[in-house]
Amino acid sequence: MTAYLDIILVALILSDFILLGSGRLGNCIRIAAWQGIMVGLLPIATADAGFSFRIAALGIAVVVLKGFVFPRLLNRAIRESASSREVKPFVGYTTSLLAGVLALSASFWLDGRLSFPLHLESAIVVPVSLSMMFTGLFLVVARRTAVNQVIGYLVLENGIYALSLAIVRDVPFLVELGVLMDMFVAVFVMGIAIYRINMEFDHMDSNRLAKLRG
Amino acid sequence: MPGLILFLSGLLLAPLLLGVTVRTKAAFAGRRGAPLFQQYHDLVKLLRRGQVMSGTTTFLFRVAPSLALVVTVSAAALVAPSIVSPGWGFPGDFVFLLCLLGLARFFTVSSALDTGSSFEGMGASREVLYSALSEPALLIGFGVLVRVSGEMSLGGMYGGLGSGEWLSAGTALCLVAVSFFIVLLAENSRIPFDDPNTHLELTMVHEVMVLDNSGPDFALITYGAALKLWVFASLIVNLFLTALGGSSFQYIAWFPAGMLLVGVLVGTVESVMARLSLLKTPHLLAGAGAISVLAFILSTRFLQ
Repeated sequence: MTAYLDIILVALILSDFILLGSGRLGNCIRIAAWQGIMVGLLPIATADAGFSFRIAALGIAVVVLKGFVFPRLLNRAIRESASSREVKPFVGYTTSLLAGVLALSASFWLDGRLSFPLHLESAIVVPVSLSMMFTGLFLVVARRTAVNQVIGYLVLENGIYALSLAIVRDVPFLVELGVLMDMFVAVFVMGIAIYRINMEFDHMDSNRLAKLRG
Repeated sequence: MPGLILFLSGLLLAPLLLGVTVRTKAAFAGRRGAPLFQQYHDLVKLLRRGQVMSGTTTFLFRVAPSLALVVTVSAAALVAPSIVSPGWGFPGDFVFLLCLLGLARFFTVSSALDTGSSFEGMGASREVLYSALSEPALLIGFGVLVRVSGEMSLGGMYGGLGSGEWLSAGTALCLVAVSFFIVLLAENSRIPFDDPNTHLELTMVHEVMVLDNSGPDFALITYGAALKLWVFASLIVNLFLTALGGSSFQYIAWFPAGMLLVGVLVGTVESVMARLSLLKTPHLLAGAGAISVLAFILSTRFLQ
């Protein structure tokens, strides 16, 4: 089972790299959806101890939400706001990739200094989730369009979810569902916000939102 | 002895690999395509032709094609036997391999600059840009192989990998193969980086540097390009062959099948992908570098 887990984790890092290096919004949304599906499969791959209904239900809920519902909401936000399909980065793609590699190295270094008092399923699950959190933060900061900031937020949350799976195997079901619900509302609200911003200002360039101050 | 067979067959079959790629592309396009041995016919045709030298060129332009070919053949001699003879080479010879490839590139680039044509200078600058980005990816990829196998020479590297290493660090090795494949596409001017079929100077990389070469010199260059593709492909095929294990004659039997697969893969990539715009190609190469770094970090973790 560890082999499947490692493959999923490596695929998660690769999807981070693609997100950092790709310039089309539609592409980014698709990759983020794939990442959500892979994260949803994580609990099923870690279920060595026993495959329970709870784990399966959680996995399916995550896959459906992150893999299908969120991308649809984001795509609708783009379509209805009829905004540009490009990412418009503050930081160039090659530099972003470099930052992603740095974040990865930093999280592996950090993981070497942390010592968890519990048995982990895989040797790389903690550093991978840390690097996903860093990448998510970087995407939020370094991209101009609001949709991409939502994607960065999703990547960040994926990292937190993977870390929580690695460390606390037994998160109460209701807590997990609550987090998912929160995210759903967040993405929904952000989708509407993007639409509204666009109605008012003809763009969704968060950089220019500074002008809102009177 | 098995090493010699691999080396000689590489020299002989290198143009065939291009033929396989061309046929794959033709199959995707629904055409019959050029015969598999078309490259050989082209080489013979070019060798029979006379040669025209531009009046502005110097002796550098005259010697560069032959020198580049000699260096590429040396690179093939270094790589080809490594899978079957673990004692082949010397510690750190993968750096020497990169040096040889860089030297071949140096000759091609300087002969392109020697013609004084602005187009060729443009191609030379692109070639150097790509190589500056692809060399780190290759070097770090080799670093992963060194780390996983615990050996410093090409022969030892491939000899030191086995099914045990593939079980513990297979993900890292697969990532290295992906990174090598991207570098192969870039270094051999294949499609996401450069279209070998077009002759539009504004977008070409390798072809534009050899516009002024003709006749036998151009035959040497064409053959050298085929051999370079063979060298890169055999790096990848060797890596995967180590997972199978077996005797050296089994390796020799499997090797052509692997090369065929790489040829078909290159053709498939060329058929399903469009050429990237020139500004975006460095990102892809930077991605290859990132994949190599990821493989290196993973290999340190998996082998604890």
